[in-house]
Amino acid sequence: MAIFLDEKSKVIVQGMTGSEGTKHTKRMLAAGTKIVGGVTPGKGGQSVEIDGHTLPVFNSVKEAMTATGADVSVVFVPPKFAKAAAIDAIDAEIRLMVVITEGIPVHDTAEFFAYAQSKGKTRIIGPNCPGLISPGKSNVGIIPSDITGKGKIGLVSKSGTLTYQMMYELRDFGFTTAVGIGGDPVIGTTHIDCFKAFQDDPETAAIVMIGEIGGDAEERAAAFIKEYVRKPVVGYVAGFTAPEGKTMGHAGAIVSGSSGTAEAKKVALEAAGVKVGKTPSETAELMRKILS
Amino acid sequence: MDLYEYQARDLFESMGVPVLKGAVATTAQEAATAAASMGGRVVVKAQVKVGGRGKAGGVKLAENADEAREKAAAILGMDIKGHTVHKVMIAQAAPIESEYYLAILLDRANRSFLVMASVSGGMDIEQVAQETPEKLAKVNIDPYKGLSLDEAKQIVLKGGFPSDVADEVAKVLVTLWDVFKKSDATLVEVNPLVKTKDGRVIALDGKVTLDDNAGFRHPDHESLIDTSATDPLEALAKEKDLNYVKLDGEVGIIGNGAGLVMSTLDVVAYAGEKFGGVKPANFLDIGGGASAQVMADGLSIILGDPAVKSVFVNVFGGITACDAVANGIVQALEILGGKATKPIVVRLDGNNVAEGRRILNQAAHPLVQQLETMDGAAAKAAELAAK
Repeated sequence: MAIFLDEKSKVIVQGMTGSEGTKHTKRMLAAGTKIVGGVTPGKGGQSVEIDGHTLPVFNSVKEAMTATGADVSVVFVPPKFAKAAAIDAIDAEIRLMVVITEGIPVHDTAEFFAYAQSKGKTRIIGPNCPGLISPGKSNVGIIPSDITGKGKIGLVSKSGTLTYQMMYELRDFGFTTAVGIGGDPVIGTTHIDCFKAFQDDPETAAIVMIGEIGGDAEERAAAFIKEYVRKPVVGYVAGFTAPEGKTMGHAGAIVSGSSGTAEAKKVALEAAGVKVGKTPSETAELMRKILS
Repeated sequence: MDLYEYQARDLFESMGVPVLKGAVATTAQEAATAAASMGGRVVVKAQVKVGGRGKAGGVKLAENADEAREKAAAILGMDIKGHTVHKVMIAQAAPIESEYYLAILLDRANRSFLVMASVSGGMDIEQVAQETPEKLAKVNIDPYKGLSLDEAKQIVLKGGFPSDVADEVAKVLVTLWDVFKKSDATLVEVNPLVKTKDGRVIALDGKVTLDDNAGFRHPDHESLIDTSATDPLEALAKEKDLNYVKLDGEVGIIGNGAGLVMSTLDVVAYAGEKFGGVKPANFLDIGGGASAQVMADGLSIILGDPAVKSVFVNVFGGITACDAVANGIVQALEILGGKATKPIVVRLDGNNVAEGRRILNQAAHPLVQQLETMDGAAAKAAELAAK
């Protein structure tokens, strides 16, 4: 098993005809993802040839779902149009929408997240995230598929490159699913959602979480772990040296006054029984000890 | 981006939030002129993006233009918690009867917006929240539906506002929602909102934070950026479209991906403890596609920082292949030529790493050395910076 995404997932790409969309559709296909079509308003009825696959383009997510049976959408639409794309997918009641786009205004994300909540049908991952991969089954987003294969670790992370780094360090164990939840202040799927799913997934034996400064998602995750998670968890938090009041690359990565610090997150996680590494390698080592 | 008080006042005025007259001044003479044009009593307020300026002596009452000149001269150039005062705001003084608090902000934890309202204004709201939480109404607003006048009235009622001002405060709250929404703010705070002795409700001090991601639909926000307060290296990096934050250490950092770069800073600081407390000099994320030009731009900004003694390039090849990064480094050093003077420690891993390492080995640039692990490379960079 895996969480949120498996070999049966049928995926449509919103913004497939754009340059990023095309590039990553190619990579997802190469990873074995079942891409069944794309959505670009105004280009419905056309089709696109990508590496020997003929992919139909639709005007709306609803049309695409009706024609292909897709249950997952991945969004590569530029920030300006991302809200409209998201609302389209939510209106179509797609099961899972993965928003890769970086730079979406937080008012837009807050709006479409609230809209999705009110409808209650769509899980959103991201925005500003690398997507998720269930190795050997499906890969939705931009995570490289060749870092590692199927295994028994579950991973949830705010950061893309640290996700890759951690998958690489633990490549001999492999992963059930790795979820990049994104670095924006408002994201659709949190550490907690992933912890719940990993705890309930019989194939996941242990969980790695990667957090970073800003907000209190890690502290909330710690409280949830204490209450619900019985599998071993190791953690890493980035941003101990980040100065107050400066945004560190990710829009959500900012220490405001005394809140959102890496130290507070580490303390909360350790209090919940999570082993927290000082560096990514040390964190991987902690996991290695648990699994060997 | 955080706005100065005078910018928040201007924004409020333009959108119909009741404010008093105010003008910004950078010299004592400008302050006097502004005070003279307003007539009567004014308040001279230091413009700094940090709290506690009143206690620090950054807010003074002036009875007339001459006094305004005097007070402005005293406040300009003052240091408030590490922020030098370059501007003052001259504001009309008002006879205050009561001070209240209103704010609308992004509530990350609930992935929603939050209105906070209290009749205990004029003080630190975190203190109110802690000591007398019953005096602070907190209500989440559905971002998709927005805030109606009826809801605003409910919030004002919950906040315990006196009946003679309740309707007026609710109206102000709806107008503030308008400001919050239309200007893509993540914080709009009025502290204090006052009732004057003649019964008016006025926003006396405002704090506004705007979402940088929304800049594309607010071309006017560009003019609100205070370029004089920006670090020159940060300004240069911004011109080159690089994500750079100046820090106060000695090891220059380049990496790909915000999380990895933050982690690199930590690992360097951690390694630096063994080398006399050497610390990272900057945050610089060159993102996914590390072309030679981007690498050259990044290196050149870092080498332009006189505090930098060594550089650590830390790249994990995900989509980006390590051979492309290695070629980027080699070409960047060619572009920089004699300008590259500091030792550069490179750690490459991930996609096509063998080829990447081979390219750097073959180029054998005298400044460049490679290490295979992030922790090892961080220690080497720290050691070199300590020399």
